Amino acid sequence: MENLQVRIWRGKENGGFQEFEVPRQESQTVLDVVTYVQRKCDPTLSYRFACRVGVCGSCAMTVNGVSRWTCRTHVDKVADENKVEIAPLRNLPVIKDLVTDMSEFFDKWAKARGRFTGSTTRKDEFARVSPESKERKRVDAGIECIGCGVCYSACDVVTWNKDYLGPAALNRAWTLVNDVRDTARAERLAAVAGDAGCHACHTHLNCTERCPKGLSPTAGIAGLKRAVLAATLSGEI
Amino acid sequence: MSRRSEVLLWGAQRISAMVLAVCVVVHLITMIYAVRSGLSGAEILGRTQGNVGWFMFYAVFVAAVSVHAPIGLRTILAETFNWRGQSANVFAAVVGLSLAMWGLRAVMAVFGGAPS
Repeated sequence: MENLQVRIWRGKENGGFQEFEVPRQESQTVLDVVTYVQRKCDPTLSYRFACRVGVCGSCAMTVNGVSRWTCRTHVDKVADENKVEIAPLRNLPVIKDLVTDMSEFFDKWAKARGRFTGSTTRKDEFARVSPESKERKRVDAGIECIGCGVCYSACDVVTWNKDYLGPAALNRAWTLVNDVRDTARAERLAAVAGDAGCHACHTHLNCTERCPKGLSPTAGIAGLKRAVLAATLSGEI
Repeated sequence: MSRRSEVLLWGAQRISAMVLAVCVVVHLITMIYAVRSGLSGAEILGRTQGNVGWFMFYAVFVAAVSVHAPIGLRTILAETFNWRGQSANVFAAVVGLSLAMWGLRAVMAVFGGAPS
């Protein structure tokens, strides 16, 4: 097989692409390519990975302009004319090469009040929530998020509006708004309302298209828009 | 701008969009009919001037545009040019008022006159 022509981002935001040649294999992933470059070509290349089997989300990068998990991206699927371009995730500051600073991603998660607030203690009975209830079905549809940042990287509104909380934070807020045990619904709806919140979403569906877990933050954000409007008109927030 | 105002602006954008969806379809059908029928300007005005029903329809159309356009413009200014804050809000509001003014002027010219 021909060698792959690989371009990899080096440096920070004002860096550049460096070119490498990588032998092509059967069943090769983009993460395999990055690993080969770091081990055999240039040990100074920085990148993140952990499980390498598609469950942790650490290896998320931009491959040929698309945000995705590199361990779950077969080279066959993306290498048109034997070329692959690998860059760090979009919309996040670059620490070095393929590694981004995810602080703002998680700070926005906190700003959207993406944490549970309960009213019971370990001495109380378990809460009873039917998995068939419509609220729990809404939660279950979005609960599997592992915070990989692919949706945040794919979102155009995040690029255009630096205060926008982003799809992951809003998706998590939606799962908590529908959690019947949670006691901070009004505060959370207030946190996700407005120009920097759910109302900034233009329903482009980039997040839903790219989410490696098959979630739909767009659907959750649409739900938040309805819930916030209702709460605003009723005076709850 | 307060959070409450931002939410209400979004709500107004949605409602005006629903009104516009109806108005635009009706307007397009009417325009295509008028052009296809080969009506002259004078013939059109003969039918529209003094027509209270169509006056009301186009007045509502102008109102919906005057709400929808400035709210959308405000977002576009923020996202494309990073122009946010009070100055951008005032600019968008002025655009909205201008559209209302000129629009109503046009409606009065085309549909105004003694009811026929």
